[in-house]
Amino acid sequence: MSDPNQDDRAPLRAVARARARIAIILTAAMIAVYFGFISLIAFNPALLARKVSDGLSLGILLGALVIVASWVLTWIYVRWANTHYDTAIKAMGRPKP
Amino acid sequence: MNTAIGQPNGIAMAFFFVFIAITLGITYWAARRTKTTEQFYAAGRTVSPAQNGFALAGDYMSAASFLGIAGLVSTTGFDGLIYSTGWLVGWPVVLFLIAEPLRNLGKYTFADVVAFRLSQTPVRIAAATGTLATVVFYLIAQMVGAGGLIKLMFGISYETAIVIVGAAMIAYVLFGGMLATTWVQIVKAVLLLGGALMLAVLVLVRFNMNPAVLFAAAAARYGDAVLAPGKLVSNPGDAISLGMALMFGTAGLPHILMRFYTVPDARSARTSVFYATGLIGFFYLLTFILGFGAMVLVGPDAIRAVDKGGNMAAPLLAELLGGTPFLGFIAAVAFATILAVVAGLALAGASALSHDLWASVVRRGHASGSEELKVARAATVVLGVTAVLLGITFKGQNVAFMVSLAFAIAASGNFPALLLSMFWTRFSTAGAVASILTGTFGTLLLIWLSPTIQVDVLHRADAWFPLKNPALVTIPLSFAVGIVVSLVTAPKVADARFAHHQRQMHMGATGD
Repeated sequence: MSDPNQDDRAPLRAVARARARIAIILTAAMIAVYFGFISLIAFNPALLARKVSDGLSLGILLGALVIVASWVLTWIYVRWANTHYDTAIKAMGRPKP
Repeated sequence: MNTAIGQPNGIAMAFFFVFIAITLGITYWAARRTKTTEQFYAAGRTVSPAQNGFALAGDYMSAASFLGIAGLVSTTGFDGLIYSTGWLVGWPVVLFLIAEPLRNLGKYTFADVVAFRLSQTPVRIAAATGTLATVVFYLIAQMVGAGGLIKLMFGISYETAIVIVGAAMIAYVLFGGMLATTWVQIVKAVLLLGGALMLAVLVLVRFNMNPAVLFAAAAARYGDAVLAPGKLVSNPGDAISLGMALMFGTAGLPHILMRFYTVPDARSARTSVFYATGLIGFFYLLTFILGFGAMVLVGPDAIRAVDKGGNMAAPLLAELLGGTPFLGFIAAVAFATILAVVAGLALAGASALSHDLWASVVRRGHASGSEELKVARAATVVLGVTAVLLGITFKGQNVAFMVSLAFAIAASGNFPALLLSMFWTRFSTAGAVASILTGTFGTLLLIWLSPTIQVDVLHRADAWFPLKNPALVTIPLSFAVGIVVSLVTAPKVADARFAHHQRQMHMGATGD
């Protein structure tokens, strides 16, 4: 296929790959955190019953940390996208008509 | 304890009428700015990221999250928190995988995205099926919940409550479209977060402002077991399956996906999920406090005495801490919560009927904007009336499973096709249709054969399918069917078409 725009697409492909990589890594991290927590509930409830301090069981602490982990992961992504991704897209300019 | 719950409550009524008056005022204002399809479906794409963040939170935090989780924690302890975390972890997934490509590729519905480089008619029909199945089951759960709760809190009849909810929902969407719906969500989100925060602070004041002291008090009175996993999750398969439905269902909920079209561009879509994740996570952290607070201060027996399901834990707690006025406020917030969620659902369902089925399938893209708008408004009325009739039909039925059913359909019917259409070059029309239909009808079939229906609803001894939620089977199945059918039908994907797709996915529509 002879496409005169063929070379123009290389930078876009690179950005697409970079974004896909970040998206997959962060999604995998979220899945690992949440299903790690659920697996402990399912397979090792006794561990989650252990007290970290008076009144605070490991289960409640980890549950709160799952929520905190969601915040941290979204923050990492937004930071990456606002700096690297947006810059790369802007650098390519508007696509040719 | 003596409670005013179940008595007609003047203060609750007053708060509720203020809410209705404000939201109808917003609708009047929005109606004058709702003349085109873009304004009706997407608020003219003028919503700011922060506004959309609150609106997403408002669309998402249903009465099930507020009353349901607080009730579950107050009666079972730790187990209720499984929902608090599960309902949040879908949001980062929405951000990483869905929000920005969706905004760049689509106009009004998620079917726009799936159909972007595939055959319009079959894909639109399948996607509208997935959307409507999700919306209808979610609506039934909300309507039946609304009727029961409102009857309990305000002392008015079930049918009256359903009709009020239906009428308000139709008014918001019919006249004010997405702009009114968005502002109803924002008002509701602020009220709900404010109410929950006030309640949590009033609880913590009694426990040195330290949640650990509260948890210790709960353990001292009801045993250490309340701080640890209990019998809600007896079967590991059930735990993981429910977790999958909650996590991936969020990324397939049509009324949530539709919100990303209301902001000006992909970057705003990204920022709005960041706000939404913060707000929703904060709310779910508060449910820890509300649940254990109700357990210690009100007591599980007193909560179950008012409502077997425990749904009145938060209102009872409000009454105990702030008297009848605070109960009235929280009851009105719960009503507003339900009302806002059903409005979002009605708009998403109406869009599937008018934009996907009427404009794209019946009229093959040749409907004028004003014609599509008329159909969208007619569809809103049809859906609203249907919701009221379904709410009355299912009166007194056990519909608690329908929320997790809606999540399972969204996760298995909508999410896989959406993801594959964005990221996989060889995804074909046949693959998309097969994936959506397998996910949607597979979920319905397996839930019918599961203990959820056979044992809990039909009271049979056992069920053919072992899991209460089918997502563990239906999500992988839907992906597998989509991939295999695409490979078998060996599509001639024009490279230029995918290149155009990829360019628009990252850079947005350019009008060419």
